[in-house]
Amino acid sequence: MSGSRKTPSSGPGLRAPSAPQANSHSTDPPRSGFSRRSFLKGSGAAVAATAIATGAEQATADDEQQITSGPEKITLNVNGENRTVTVEPRTSLLEVLRDQLGLTGCKDLQDIYVDGADTVMVDGKATYAGTTFALNVEGKAIRTVESLRDGRNIDPVIEGFVKHDGMQCGYCTPGFVVATRAFLDQNPTATLEDVQKGLGGNICRCGTYDGITKCALELAKGGA
Amino acid sequence: MNPFEYARPESEAEAVALLAGEGTTVLASGMDLMPLLQKSVVATSRVVDISRVDSMRGIDPVNGGVTIGVLSTLEDIAYSPLLTEYPSLKDVTEGIRAIQVQQNGTLGGDLCHLPNCWYFRSGYGLLGRDNGKSLPEIGDNRYHAIFGNSGPAKFVSASRFAPALIAWGAQVRITGPEPNAEKWLPLEQFYHTPKTDRQGVTVLEPGQLLTHVWLPPAELQVSATYEVLEMKGLDWPLASAAATLDLDDAGRVRKATIVLGHVAPTPWLSLSAADVLVGQPVTPQLAHAAGEAAVAEATPLSENAYKVRLAQTSVKRALLKATNQLEGGL
Repeated sequence: MSGSRKTPSSGPGLRAPSAPQANSHSTDPPRSGFSRRSFLKGSGAAVAATAIATGAEQATADDEQQITSGPEKITLNVNGENRTVTVEPRTSLLEVLRDQLGLTGCKDLQDIYVDGADTVMVDGKATYAGTTFALNVEGKAIRTVESLRDGRNIDPVIEGFVKHDGMQCGYCTPGFVVATRAFLDQNPTATLEDVQKGLGGNICRCGTYDGITKCALELAKGGA
Repeated sequence: MNPFEYARPESEAEAVALLAGEGTTVLASGMDLMPLLQKSVVATSRVVDISRVDSMRGIDPVNGGVTIGVLSTLEDIAYSPLLTEYPSLKDVTEGIRAIQVQQNGTLGGDLCHLPNCWYFRSGYGLLGRDNGKSLPEIGDNRYHAIFGNSGPAKFVSASRFAPALIAWGAQVRITGPEPNAEKWLPLEQFYHTPKTDRQGVTVLEPGQLLTHVWLPPAELQVSATYEVLEMKGLDWPLASAAATLDLDDAGRVRKATIVLGHVAPTPWLSLSAADVLVGQPVTPQLAHAAGEAAVAEATPLSENAYKVRLAQTSVKRALLKATNQLEGGL
């Protein structure tokens, strides 16, 4: 085969933009129905009126393009339930979970953004809640560490952390547990190398990595 | 964090309209942008969340090559069957060892990533200037540029995919500022070295958006990326090199493209390393010589001469990796 590269004469061309999949939003929880205008009319308007009014004249166009410029009520699907929360454009998912929904398993380490203690799952993906905008996850399935226990049913990852002593002070533990769960979902037959390549996004200052690695490996072998 | 608007367009044309004007910012995963906004390192009047623009997703065969939407995640790239002939890309994904980044980090976010220069991230602007003085010049510059650093920009390009993609001759598609305007350009031309803080690290103008990357047909060429990581965790490479080689039946190099990363304000194409290789089979000795050629004209700053050696070794090991001669780990 010729080694020369084909250089397209008129650019590489682009596949036709795919039509939005019919079901792409059908599983989403229904939108809250709060457009900017209806919000202004609503009882919550007093809080937000000042911030919102400045852009009110653009409301029609903005609604179509979904511009949010002040506090807005949205519905988030958290641990299987639709929860109504009030967010600003700058509000992080972590702030919503901890401050409005009382889900304090995910931790806020303020300036240390990529420590992993704030890890939650968004549509099954391990996600730093502290660097995720709340508006970005509207319509997605959010799971926090609290969802890994249901009465007496405890996720094997949690039991594995206990069995292998995967914690000391415990501050990083909830985020690490969620990351490990997401990792095992993606890598059900993980090897030590896989664990080292996947679970580097969580930091444990106590240094309990050995126990956490053993937990992940045991579950990978035993069918997580 | 100063207040800003948050927009969620559902098409490229909508996104471009929303990006018009100064001070707008594209949101990819937010892993880097959120902290920059919170620390007021980056100010914005409007964040444009492109995650609902479905035309910018997907990895598809196009014109014998492969088109990658910039919303593709690292995981999408690592597992795509269409990219197995471009192993230098998977090499990059393997160096990013956080499942959070693998599952959320996007190609576009990487290609447009702002520098990790600690002066920039402490609020001294892209060029790291304070009272007219260049902080990277007079301060700690251990992570700064060893090439292309004679001007005011001393930071290093942060993108980890750009060296591999440039070595493959990738082109990128830019849309805007007019609603359906599009142009393609080689990825190396997407980057520039700013002379002022406002010029940014790419050629994107207000109202323009990077949407796709196109890889030419692999044509049996071999490739690899080698990154030198200090801690093998959440750290950024100290230096990296990507190589794409076209070999003849006897294993001699017909054509080589060598691109270094994290050594200059832009990805750094090394023509002299390629020259050393052409016409010869890749041996450890030849790879070493190519590495020496790649760094022959390096201009390290006061505290980063060590990076010259790392860059040299990156080139050597990328070449050996591409030709299955790299043994052991480091």
